[in-house]
Amino acid sequence: MMDTFQLVARGLACRLGLDAADIKAEDELLTLGIDSLDAAELLMELEDKLGVEIEQTKKLKTVGDVVAAIDEASE
Amino acid sequence: MNRRVVITGMGAVTPVGIGVDAFWNSLLAGKNGIDRITLFDPCNLRSSLAGEVKDFDPEACQTAKDASHTDRSGQFAIAAAVEAVEQSGVVGTVDPWRAAVYFGSGVGGFETTEANCRKLIEKGARRVSPFFVPMMIANMPASMIAIRYDFRGQAIPAVTACTSGSHAIGEATRAIRHGYADVVVSGGCEAPIVEVGLAGFNAMKALATTDDPEEASLPFDKRRAGFVPAEGAGALVLEEYERAKARGAKIYGEIVGYGTTCDAYHITAPKPDGTGAGKAVALALEEAGWKPGERVYVNAHGTGTSLNDLAETLALKLAFGEKEANQLQISSTKSMTGHMLGAAGAVEAIVCAKALAENVMPPTINLLERDPECDLDYIPCVKREGTVDLAISNSFGFGGHNACVAIRRCE
Repeated sequence: MMDTFQLVARGLACRLGLDAADIKAEDELLTLGIDSLDAAELLMELEDKLGVEIEQTKKLKTVGDVVAAIDEASE
Repeated sequence: MNRRVVITGMGAVTPVGIGVDAFWNSLLAGKNGIDRITLFDPCNLRSSLAGEVKDFDPEACQTAKDASHTDRSGQFAIAAAVEAVEQSGVVGTVDPWRAAVYFGSGVGGFETTEANCRKLIEKGARRVSPFFVPMMIANMPASMIAIRYDFRGQAIPAVTACTSGSHAIGEATRAIRHGYADVVVSGGCEAPIVEVGLAGFNAMKALATTDDPEEASLPFDKRRAGFVPAEGAGALVLEEYERAKARGAKIYGEIVGYGTTCDAYHITAPKPDGTGAGKAVALALEEAGWKPGERVYVNAHGTGTSLNDLAETLALKLAFGEKEANQLQISSTKSMTGHMLGAAGAVEAIVCAKALAENVMPPTINLLERDPECDLDYIPCVKREGTVDLAISNSFGFGGHNACVAIRRCE
């Protein structure tokens, strides 16, 4: 099964027209071209896919932050 | 300040062609853009026909990501604006603070609204998109055009139902004429072919309900029984005359008059005596310096509803006088495109500019049975060649909004 990072990277790559392999955990969302609306939409899609509810209490700055938020929600 | 305002770029996305050339050639050929609805299954509706834009590729003008976050109406707006602005060559020649956008839509993101309401009902509030609001609000096409070209002057939508496109052009003209901007991208867009939208129009009994595309949009015909909804966008780059001339821009026509009124009568029905609409036309004619005897082409609002076409005929007689009204050459291109609502006035202003440029007027197709009460010359069935001195575009909308835009060749 795909791990959370791969899922997020694939979702981002699809939006940005990039190769998922080029996306790293430390990449900042804004630098990649993902604004707060894009991030909210991506999380919504991942919630559907994973069947979890992600509480967006913390500011999500990097790809790694998104992965951590999902993992936290999945526990 | 009373500066001259000219057209230096035009763009169109319509059910009879994408791009001004394809659009215009289809109109002259009398091509009907109305067909069975494909954007959703209309089996639950009383009307099954619409003027849909065919073979539209939003990614021709936007990135895949941007297109996915733009309502269909906004995608049309961007495509029309890109055509008009690129044709004008204005980018880089104008101070961004002096460049504005006046762009209308009757409704805004109808498709986006319906899709998110479905999500809310079927999946709950947490599935309503973060892009729902920005994609739906009717000012967004104006904003997106401003962002694309870094035009930092006023960006203002006209949201006056089927008058939106004409209001945008008219108000943009005033902004340039009176010195508030030097360049304006103006026009309108609409994408109303969604189930809830057409169900609403059906409930009003505003739509034609036949299944035959050749007997659906019948402006000024005795058999007319409602309009046919359609989608698309039109954009015009308007520019102050002296600067357009100085930079050697190609000029496609001059906006010489604009009149607008409100019937102040009923939320949807036009005032039957045509006084509100007639006054708007008269105001535009006065600004345009119209004189009896001029050869005038009228691109009618001509929706094919019983009330509109009668009131519009009376309005033209009031504005021009009975004798001159009989000399008018009038057509409703909605017989071919269907009614593009907030985009109608914009694409129909383009028709006026093209008619002036080429001295040929598109027809009102399928006009076979004369209505004794609609007794003017509506150019039935086939285009007509002949010199045009002045062209006017009428638009009237729910709410009693009336607007008329008058155009001449720039001389």
